[in-house]
Amino acid sequence: MDRRQFLKNSTAAIAAAGTGAMPWRARAQAAPIKVGLLAPLTGVVASGGKEMVEGVQFYLESVNYQIAGRKVELAIEDDASNPDTALQKARRLVEQGNCHLLIGDLLANTGLAVANYVKGTGTPYFIPIIAADDLTQRQRIKNVIRVAGYSASAFTHPFGDWCLKQGYKKIATISQDYTFGHEQCGGLAQVFTEGGGEIVQQFWHPLNTADFSPYLGQLADLKVDAIFAMETGADATRLIQQYASFGLKGKIPLLGAMNATDQSVIRTLGEECDGVIAAAHFAEGSDNPVTAKFTKDYEAKYGKIPSLYGFSMYSGIMWVAEALEKIGGKAEDRDAFIDAVLKTELTGSPLGKTVKLDAYGNPIYDVQIRKVVKRADGKYWNVPVTSYPGVSQFWKYDPETYMKQPPYSRTFQGIKKA
Amino acid sequence: MTDVGSAEMKIAGMTGCAIGVVLVVLAVAAALPFVLSNYQVGLATEMLIFGMLAMSIDILAGFAGRTSLGHGAIFGVSGYVVVYASAQAGLPPAVAFVLGMIAATFVAIIFALLAVRTSGVYFLLLTLALGMIVWGICLRWTQVTGGENGMRGDVRPAFLVTHRAFYWAVLVATTFVSYAMWRFVRSPFGLTLLGIRDSESRMKSLGYNVPLHLFLGFAVSGFFAGIAGALYAMFNNFVSPSTVALAQSVEGVLMMIAGGVGTLFGGFVGAAAIITLENVVSAYTERWQTVLGLTFIVIMIFAPEGIIGTLRVILTRGQGDKEHSKNK
Repeated sequence: MDRRQFLKNSTAAIAAAGTGAMPWRARAQAAPIKVGLLAPLTGVVASGGKEMVEGVQFYLESVNYQIAGRKVELAIEDDASNPDTALQKARRLVEQGNCHLLIGDLLANTGLAVANYVKGTGTPYFIPIIAADDLTQRQRIKNVIRVAGYSASAFTHPFGDWCLKQGYKKIATISQDYTFGHEQCGGLAQVFTEGGGEIVQQFWHPLNTADFSPYLGQLADLKVDAIFAMETGADATRLIQQYASFGLKGKIPLLGAMNATDQSVIRTLGEECDGVIAAAHFAEGSDNPVTAKFTKDYEAKYGKIPSLYGFSMYSGIMWVAEALEKIGGKAEDRDAFIDAVLKTELTGSPLGKTVKLDAYGNPIYDVQIRKVVKRADGKYWNVPVTSYPGVSQFWKYDPETYMKQPPYSRTFQGIKKA
Repeated sequence: MTDVGSAEMKIAGMTGCAIGVVLVVLAVAAALPFVLSNYQVGLATEMLIFGMLAMSIDILAGFAGRTSLGHGAIFGVSGYVVVYASAQAGLPPAVAFVLGMIAATFVAIIFALLAVRTSGVYFLLLTLALGMIVWGICLRWTQVTGGENGMRGDVRPAFLVTHRAFYWAVLVATTFVSYAMWRFVRSPFGLTLLGIRDSESRMKSLGYNVPLHLFLGFAVSGFFAGIAGALYAMFNNFVSPSTVALAQSVEGVLMMIAGGVGTLFGGFVGAAAIITLENVVSAYTERWQTVLGLTFIVIMIFAPEGIIGTLRVILTRGQGDKEHSKNK
């Protein structure tokens, strides 16, 4: 395959010259490790995308763009919050940029599109943000690994349990009507109803709902013990604001999915977000010294408290780096690389605790039940209230049995009939 | 817009020359995979597919005077059916492909039944609305379409898995489809579409069944868009609501306009120009969409007939002078 080899080499040369990122390096030095970062820099979730890039850069700067003695070359591409574009950019990074690994994407649909593509090429692809359950469950792809990420229903399982412990009997949910919402609500609904609770009603609203009053009006009349809101981005901001202006705040406890009280949302909010409870692995207001240092350093550098996006990408690239250190930086040897990543236990995580993957490539975390409180300087952040140690994505179910039930969807929420 | 009626006489006189041009273009296109990298071959494949979509829109816009903003939906429906049929229902790729084309044609027929009564901006809005309905269905009918996440699966038959093999397959398909479209718009039936574009009332008074002609034109156009959509699904092995979204229709229309409305083959030039821009500019700045927007403004100001349209004007001006002097 002389021609193919020639093409490969010439493409690499063209790509290197074309991107102009690096001057041609001396031959004696090991070639750089090429990292392809996909992030939505334009489109509906662009603000999250920028924080993803910050997270990766924050880590790489801290190690001076060196992993295992090799220089790291970071190629950033905009997936435009669109799966077709994400796919095209992934092709570009892999086939033209010759990236050794891909990391990133925010929206599940972009991640799923890229995952399907790398299934064919075998390129290692890391997804610290993409939460679609099935990528580490029913439709696992060997080279797609959720380093430092989480599956959507992993945190709402213990959250359902926590609700039971609070003595809540009746809960209503309101959620964005798409897979991420279905999966998060499903996790809570299954554990909560199996423990004897009742999901009174579930509201599904389209993404980008401006006015929540029709939903809030109905929610107020349901006489429930708590309301679970699965919202992200601007929807979360609006729901929390309108929840307060409807006078529901303080009357019915508001529970949120982790994105609903993520820094990217509550950064812009005032006291209306005070006291909202959510379950997550990361709580920026934790008094764990490692977490506190990470938050402080990040804030000093970027002028804002780190969000889920910055944190996850920071930890994700760190995970990859720790794995590469173990195999002497040989990113070219894909099988060994993927194997190393799967076996790596992340020691430097800002969570202040070692994190490892389960047999399905999904991390096992201590899940924090966190509460939004006001910091001394008037900013709001999430502080852990209690913690569920070592939570698997399958909660307490047997993985095989669990995966026999259908994935959570609008029609299947795992609700146990009373 | 070019006047095909009078151009036809010229074509008849230049058949040999035209065939030569076509053969050269095809030879160059077929040789591309030998000089391009895999990624660039992928881009070239995408250009051919989107060129086909732009051409199918041009059948309506350039020849019948009806710009459709619903073709992205027709294109996407075909993709959905192909992925569903092969990945979920386990049918062979060829069957899935045919089903995709049938589905697209069927959707086009429904669109046509509703839209042929209108023209101008009403046609635009109606097709837009119909496209949005399809998008809404794809987004919300989660059990079948996978909702926001879309559907994945290995759609390509085994012998087309490599970039090159698939490119050649698409090239062959494109050649046939383009030829079919070219014959279609030049057929007596195609000329009636032109007649409708230029004066609907005159065509009516000449006894032509205008709605029927538009209906057939729309259905044929949808059929071609369906072929493009099926190929696109095979190219990506993936389909999601963004494939049927308004943005897809708009992109198709923009490609057609950039190439030149009513030039048919301008679709390829427009697709090539836009896809190249998207991929080259995005390597340098995340504001590539701004650059794209500015480029459109520049095209609209300096080459309102599109790239091919403007070239054709320049060429015919030169040739017109020559022939003019010959005739003297």
